[in-house]
Amino acid sequence: MNGFLSTYWIAFNTILVKEVRRFMRIWQQPLLPPAITMTLYFIIFGNLIGSRIGEMSGLNYMSFIMPGLIMMSVINNAYSNVSSSFFSNKFQRSVEELLVAPVPNSVILWGYVFGGVTRGILTGVIVTIVALFFTDVSVFNFWVLTSVILLSSILFSLGGFINALYANKFDDVSIIPTFVLTPLSYLGGVFFSTDLLPAAWQVVAQFNPILYMVNGFRYGMLGVSDVSLVACYSILIGTIIVLYAYSMWLLKRGKGIRQ
Amino acid sequence: MNILDDYSGPALKISGLNKVYDNGFEALKGIDLEVKQGDFFALLGPNGAGKSTTLGIVSGLVNKTSGSVSVYGRDIEGDWYDAKRLLAVVPQEFNFNQFEKVQDIVITQAGYYGIPTKLAKERTEKYLKALDIWDKRDVPSRMLSGGMKRRLMIARALVHNPKLLILDEPTAGVDIELRISMWEYLVKLNKEEGTTIILTTHYLEEAESLCENIAIINQGDIVKNTSMKALLQELHKQTLVVDLAEPCAKRPELTELQPVWMDDSCFEVDVEKGTAINELFDVFNKEGLSISGIRPKSNRLETLFVNTVRS
Repeated sequence: MNGFLSTYWIAFNTILVKEVRRFMRIWQQPLLPPAITMTLYFIIFGNLIGSRIGEMSGLNYMSFIMPGLIMMSVINNAYSNVSSSFFSNKFQRSVEELLVAPVPNSVILWGYVFGGVTRGILTGVIVTIVALFFTDVSVFNFWVLTSVILLSSILFSLGGFINALYANKFDDVSIIPTFVLTPLSYLGGVFFSTDLLPAAWQVVAQFNPILYMVNGFRYGMLGVSDVSLVACYSILIGTIIVLYAYSMWLLKRGKGIRQ
Repeated sequence: MNILDDYSGPALKISGLNKVYDNGFEALKGIDLEVKQGDFFALLGPNGAGKSTTLGIVSGLVNKTSGSVSVYGRDIEGDWYDAKRLLAVVPQEFNFNQFEKVQDIVITQAGYYGIPTKLAKERTEKYLKALDIWDKRDVPSRMLSGGMKRRLMIARALVHNPKLLILDEPTAGVDIELRISMWEYLVKLNKEEGTTIILTTHYLEEAESLCENIAIINQGDIVKNTSMKALLQELHKQTLVVDLAEPCAKRPELTELQPVWMDDSCFEVDVEKGTAINELFDVFNKEGLSISGIRPKSNRLETLFVNTVRS
C-alpha cells in the first residue's frame, strides 16, 4: 500500500510542479494583469469615488472594498488557471500522458486543483501588496482569513476543471468567467454592503455563493460581515463536496477526455 | 520482488473486445488476440480498421463497450495500477505539451509513474542520449523536427521501463536514415531487454523485416493472426526484379512471363512459387537478353495484406 501512496504522492507533486512551472513560464499573463487591474480599482473606486461615498459598514470605503478585490482576484485566477491549463492539455492531447499512467482520477483532480489554488493565492498575495500602497491591511482572524481563501480557491478551481472537461474550443473556457463569474463577483458584495439593496434583492443576493466568500474573507480581515460564518463555511464546504463529486463522476465517464 | 516473477502467460491478452462509439459505429466486433512475451508483433490494417481503437482501449484512452484486456495477466480495469505500470504507448500523433522543454516532458512523465526526481533525471538522460536528442534537452518541444518529436515520444514512453511497448505508426513521416536507427534501437530493446513490442505501420516492409508474428485487422475483425513466416508462405507467387546488363533498344515481348517494364534495362516478372529460376534464364537466353542481376521484390507482405483485406 505504501507503494501506491508514494507513487500517488509523487504524481500529485509532479502535476502541481508542472502547473506552477506553466504559469511561472508566462508570469506576465497571469500575475501582472491582476496587479494592474486592482491598482486601477483602488485608485478609481477606492480613492476617487470612495472619498465621496464615505463609510460602508462603519469602515472607510477603501478598506471596505479591499477584501472583496483580493477575493475577486483569487477566485478568477484559481478558476482560469485550471480551466485554461486543463483545456490546453486536452487540446494538445498531452492529457493522454496522464491517462496512460497509473494515476487515479482523484490525484489528477487534486493536482490541477492545487495548481489553481497556488496561482489564486499567489495572485491574492500580489493584490494584497498592491493594497498596502493605498490602505492599511489588517488581520482580524487569521484562521478565518486563510481557511476562507483556501476553500474559495479550491471551489473555483473545481469549477474551472469542470468547465475544461466540457469545453470543446478555447471560447468555451472564457464564457463562464465572462458571463457568470464577473457578474456574480460584482453582485457579491465586493463594492457594497447588501444592506444597501432593496429587500427583494437582498433575498436574491443570498443565492450568490461569492457573497459568502467575500464576506467571510472580509470578516477574517476586518471583523465585519453581511453573512454568518456558519452560512459561509456551509456554502463553501457543501459546494466543494458537490463539485468534487461531479468532477469525479465526469472523470470516471471520461467526459471530454476518453472516447 | 518483480511483479512478473511467476508469470509466464501472454504479454497482452484481448478477449471478445467490442467497441461501439456514441454515433452507433461498431469499431471492434468482439476481437480476440494474444501477444506472447518478448514478441515483436505487427498489428496491421487499413485506415479505420480498428487498430487505433484497439490500442486506445489497451492504453486506457478509449472506453471499451465489452470484453476484457489484460497486460501480463493484469486486467486493465481490475488491476489497472499494475497493468499501466507494465505498459507504454507511443501514439500516432504528437501528444506532448509543445511549450515544455524536452527533458521536462520526460521527467514529468516519470513523475506520473511515481519515479523520484533523481532517478527520473538519470533515466531521462539515458533515454534522450540513446535516442540521440540529449543535445536538445533544453529546447521547447515545438522547436524539434518531426523525427526528433517521434524520438522524444519513444524516450518518454521508455522512462518507466515498460515490459510492453506499443508503437502506433512511429515512423510516419520520418526519413529513412532516422527510421533505420530508430528500428535498430527498438530491436535492441526487444532482444536484449526482452521488451514486448507491438507495432502498427503502413510501411509493410518494416513489419516484414522486424516482426515475428502478425495480426491483420479489417472492419473491426481480426482476419489473420499467425506468424510472419506462415503468412508469407501463403503467397503463391513472387515478384522478381530483373536488371539487364545493357538497355535494350526494343523490348522483347516475353509473352510467357508477362513482364512489367520499369525502364529499358529493368523489368519485373511474377513467377509461381517453386518455379526453377533456370527456366527463366532459358527464356531470357532465347531472347538474347544479358542479365546483370535478379532479386526478389520486397513487397511480399504488401501483396498478402492487400489480398487479405480485399477478400
